[in-house]
Amino acid sequence: MADDAIIRVRDVSVQFGSRRVLDGLHLDVGRGEILGFVGASGAGKSVLLRTIIGLVPRLGGTVEVLGTDMGTADAATRRGVERRWGVLFQHGALFSSLSVRQNIQFPLREYLNVSPRLLDEITLAKLAMVGLKPDVAGRFPSELSGGMIKRVALARALALEPEIVFLDEPTSGLDPIGAGDFDELVRTLQRTLGLTVFMVTHDLDSLHTACDRIAVLGDGKVIADGTMSDMLASQHPWLQAYFHGPRARALAS
Amino acid sequence: MSGEPVLERVTVGGGVALRASGVWTAQYAHVIERMIDTAEKGERGQVAVLIDVSKVAKLDTFGAWLIERLRRGLVEGGSDSRIAGLSDDYSSLVDEVRRVASVAVTPAPRFSIVGMAENVGRSVVDIADMMVALAGMTGALVVAFGNVLRRPATFRLTSMVHHVEQVGWRAVPIIMLITFLIGCIIAQQGLFHFRQFGADVFVVDMLGVLVLREIGVLIVAIMVAGRSGSAYTAELGSMKMREEIDALRTMGFDPVEVLILPRILALLVALPCLAFIGAMSALYGGGMVAWLYGGVDPDAFLSRLRESISIHHFTVGMIKAPFMALVIGVVASVEGLLVEGSAESLGQHTTASVVKSIFFVIVMDGVFAIFFASIGI
Repeated sequence: MADDAIIRVRDVSVQFGSRRVLDGLHLDVGRGEILGFVGASGAGKSVLLRTIIGLVPRLGGTVEVLGTDMGTADAATRRGVERRWGVLFQHGALFSSLSVRQNIQFPLREYLNVSPRLLDEITLAKLAMVGLKPDVAGRFPSELSGGMIKRVALARALALEPEIVFLDEPTSGLDPIGAGDFDELVRTLQRTLGLTVFMVTHDLDSLHTACDRIAVLGDGKVIADGTMSDMLASQHPWLQAYFHGPRARALAS
Repeated sequence: MSGEPVLERVTVGGGVALRASGVWTAQYAHVIERMIDTAEKGERGQVAVLIDVSKVAKLDTFGAWLIERLRRGLVEGGSDSRIAGLSDDYSSLVDEVRRVASVAVTPAPRFSIVGMAENVGRSVVDIADMMVALAGMTGALVVAFGNVLRRPATFRLTSMVHHVEQVGWRAVPIIMLITFLIGCIIAQQGLFHFRQFGADVFVVDMLGVLVLREIGVLIVAIMVAGRSGSAYTAELGSMKMREEIDALRTMGFDPVEVLILPRILALLVALPCLAFIGAMSALYGGGMVAWLYGGVDPDAFLSRLRESISIHHFTVGMIKAPFMALVIGVVASVEGLLVEGSAESLGQHTTASVVKSIFFVIVMDGVFAIFFASIGI
């Protein structure tokens, strides 16, 4: 696993003011796996995600993505790596003044030199992949429901055929059916496109159905790392509470 | 992994096959698209064309779609075409794009005389709508003010004080600086031109009348429209975007009473104060220039000012200030509530708010000038 790591986080620390959020964190993500990243609210899950994609400055440590050390790489190399990942932000972060079609085409127009016809066809293909009908293409983000926004944001994240997708709470705010569909979608896409998925989530269902591996954040470090059965077997009090709490029990039964 | 994508034509047995190889990914999409277009034209009329993809090193959605598009093109051209040699890894991807419907190309809207007339008509209707909205907002404010008068405990004094600080107190330095400079410029220009007629001393008359009646309040109102009117629109607009205004409404609060009334009352307090400060600052600036540049010493300046200016000049200026405050506040609030979901809309309405309030301020100044002239002040 460690040899084939596509994301390699070593000894990363992040501090906001005097509050140490991440403290010497280690994490590897292997090629082609779906990693679920869990932890208490406010523990710094999103901070780690934002640190990996370079939105939050690190106090120390190294982040290596696709074999490139993001701390020492020059701007052009970094941009090259950034092209090879897609990010789904927690609230979608769609460009509100662009239509769905324009949102998906935005990175394509910027990086690829393709005909308008192909742009439109690929947009529809991406929309179909995330389970949306072609008629949403002309709508604006303010005219979409929460679940549709997440799907469009995923389509945009997938636009440039990334190798890694970062998902920040992809199923939060979705109804159970929508969330289940989304998990299924992530699985399908991972199979068809060979993606590596880094998913920050709170959704026990997602962890059960979509994730290959689960990493748990606590006290600024990864306190546990393994499959769902490893998590269930763990004796750590927080893991016990998380995976054997009333909601987890309801799920298991 | 081999490099550039290739599509070569080979004859296998009796039929024709197109053999794809190389990397069929987004990076090469423009090359591939040209290749398949030529292939599609070249193979027109063939009975059967096999698309062999077994040599493709890498395939993504772009490549998969373009292969599918080639197949569809050939089928439409009358050939019996199918895809062969698809590895298991990629077959699900091709199945996925197969479900995608072909794009119906929508023509871009064309320029026409009718369209232009339609735009003019729509703008006229928009202007009428805006007037109705302004009248509506003024009415809503009166109602909200009436409610507050009946139940003074519901008035949001803290909010109003906060806004007085934002739009009044914090605007003092910039207002003083700008009006001071305007006063300097008026005095300098007056001196420069009046000196040719030996009428230096009338500069004081001109400065006094101009600053107290017109320029003082007008400059201040324009600055407040740009500084605070835009802020009101942006604040209310982003609250609208994030459904904060809907939230207030569902809790049984009237957004006009909670958000807009304190803001407008704050403007009504702040603008006259700023207009007074501005007028004094402009007179001071003018006096400095008259002294240092024109040689009119302060005693002469003040006594001349006392002779030429009556209290009417001052009241005419100050009476206008609260009306201008009301116009700026109402326009800013109406525009703020018109903001829709997008960042672009917020920008448009903030711009519109500033432009419209400056326009209304100047129109109103003209109306007041006619009114005061006809009643003889």
